[in-house]
Amino acid sequence: MTEGVDTAMNPADDRALAPSGPDLFSKFDPLIAQRQALLDTGLKDPFGLVMEKVLSPTRAICNGRETILLGTYNYMGMTFDRDVIEAGKKALDEFGAGTTGSRVLNGTYVGHKAVEQALKDFYAMDHAMVFSTGYQANLGIISTIAGKGDYVVLDIDSHASIYDGCKLGDAEIVPFRHNDVGALEKRLARIPADAGKLVVLEGVYSMLGDVAPLKEMVKVAKAAGAMVLVDEAHSMGFIGPNGRGVAEEQGILDQVDFVIGTFSKSVGTVGGFCVSNHPKFEILRLVCRPYVFTASLPPSVVATAATSIAKLRHGEVKRAHLWENSKRLHQGLREMGFQLGTDSPQSAIIAVIMPDLEKGAAMWEALLAEGLYVNLARPPATPANMTLLRCSLCAEHSEAEVGQILEMFRRAGRATGVIGQAAA
Amino acid sequence: MTDREQTFARVAALIEPFNKKGVALGETTTFAGDLEWDSLVVMDFVANVEDEFDILITMNMQAEIETVGQLVDAVARLKTPG
Repeated sequence: MTEGVDTAMNPADDRALAPSGPDLFSKFDPLIAQRQALLDTGLKDPFGLVMEKVLSPTRAICNGRETILLGTYNYMGMTFDRDVIEAGKKALDEFGAGTTGSRVLNGTYVGHKAVEQALKDFYAMDHAMVFSTGYQANLGIISTIAGKGDYVVLDIDSHASIYDGCKLGDAEIVPFRHNDVGALEKRLARIPADAGKLVVLEGVYSMLGDVAPLKEMVKVAKAAGAMVLVDEAHSMGFIGPNGRGVAEEQGILDQVDFVIGTFSKSVGTVGGFCVSNHPKFEILRLVCRPYVFTASLPPSVVATAATSIAKLRHGEVKRAHLWENSKRLHQGLREMGFQLGTDSPQSAIIAVIMPDLEKGAAMWEALLAEGLYVNLARPPATPANMTLLRCSLCAEHSEAEVGQILEMFRRAGRATGVIGQAAA
Repeated sequence: MTDREQTFARVAALIEPFNKKGVALGETTTFAGDLEWDSLVVMDFVANVEDEFDILITMNMQAEIETVGQLVDAVARLKTPG
């Protein structure tokens, strides 16, 4: 990706060092050319957006203009919750700006223990371990528990942090076709019976917003003697009777060995975690390198997270409203003739499939001009080389805002020719 | 046909649906260079090879396989464990 690249990259720039050997940056030439070709068509850089002011979980000022936010994963709108902000301010005053230390040295404050307790209460599990980001939680847990001679079996559409966790470790890595229970079962059967096995799944896949058949997959995994890790980053706080995620919704949370999650979506701040009932779980604090060899989260962050998690336990009303928003946006876009990532709304993510990158970038810019921000997702981060406009709804989007969003999509879709003029 | 020739023929048949440019297949044909496959095509193709021969080709092994000949050798090795 090319986020935050401010200046044009000129290969003939004479300030560049003239290397006597091969230029290590040559490998990026195709991407530099693709980006330049896109910008040469007159489009804005879709990966260079700056939020000048943030007014609420659903509104910001971008390019001097008030913009509705529909691509922030801020599902439960906790970023501006009064109690959450007060907790953060208090922690800043009482504990300072940062810990300047690892969790296993000087970086564990009472706030870190408190947020781990909040997670144990939220999931009703015995153990919780907090990482500095969700990315590090996957990186750390997967690379540490699956070692040499073990097998990690993962869905092909897994998040980059899962793949990177596999790369960092020494296990054998076996991908299977997305959400295909039969493909998972066949691959598990081909692994030596005495080898350690970890099956890695996600509750909601963030590109298309589709949900995994966890019930069937966990059954197959357990029958093969595998441990199961489920990343619930995009479902925490929203899906399941208590907001514990897709595994809770499908009634099999008690059979999941490790739940990975993040504070940077529904919780509304930053950080990552793993919760588990494994009796030996706590040893990970000593052997998990992405946990040990980095600074712990600032006191204000863990204080905001703990407050937010406690409030999410009682978020039934917000959850119901978020479902209404998701259903309405899905139905409205489909009726206008947009092609969507799922036939029915399965999560708070609605992915609008674009015909190609150029059309996608044009549509993204037209929406921004209307005053709507969505995520532009493109290959290689997307399945099947699709270009997607990813919309993530918030429980704080009002009914009126969802109506406005639909009208913006209609105008931008017609202006760019993504939908026909005659469409509903 | 020898066992290896048979395996080569079966692998070649699995390559065909993804051989958009009609590249002539030989031992030294490369997946990334000659066939111009991206990582998504590779993953689909590998899944088909795994199911055809009832084997596992882990991502760790895939990193070592660049040519059709190397893949045929790997399949032959994996079919006869031990």
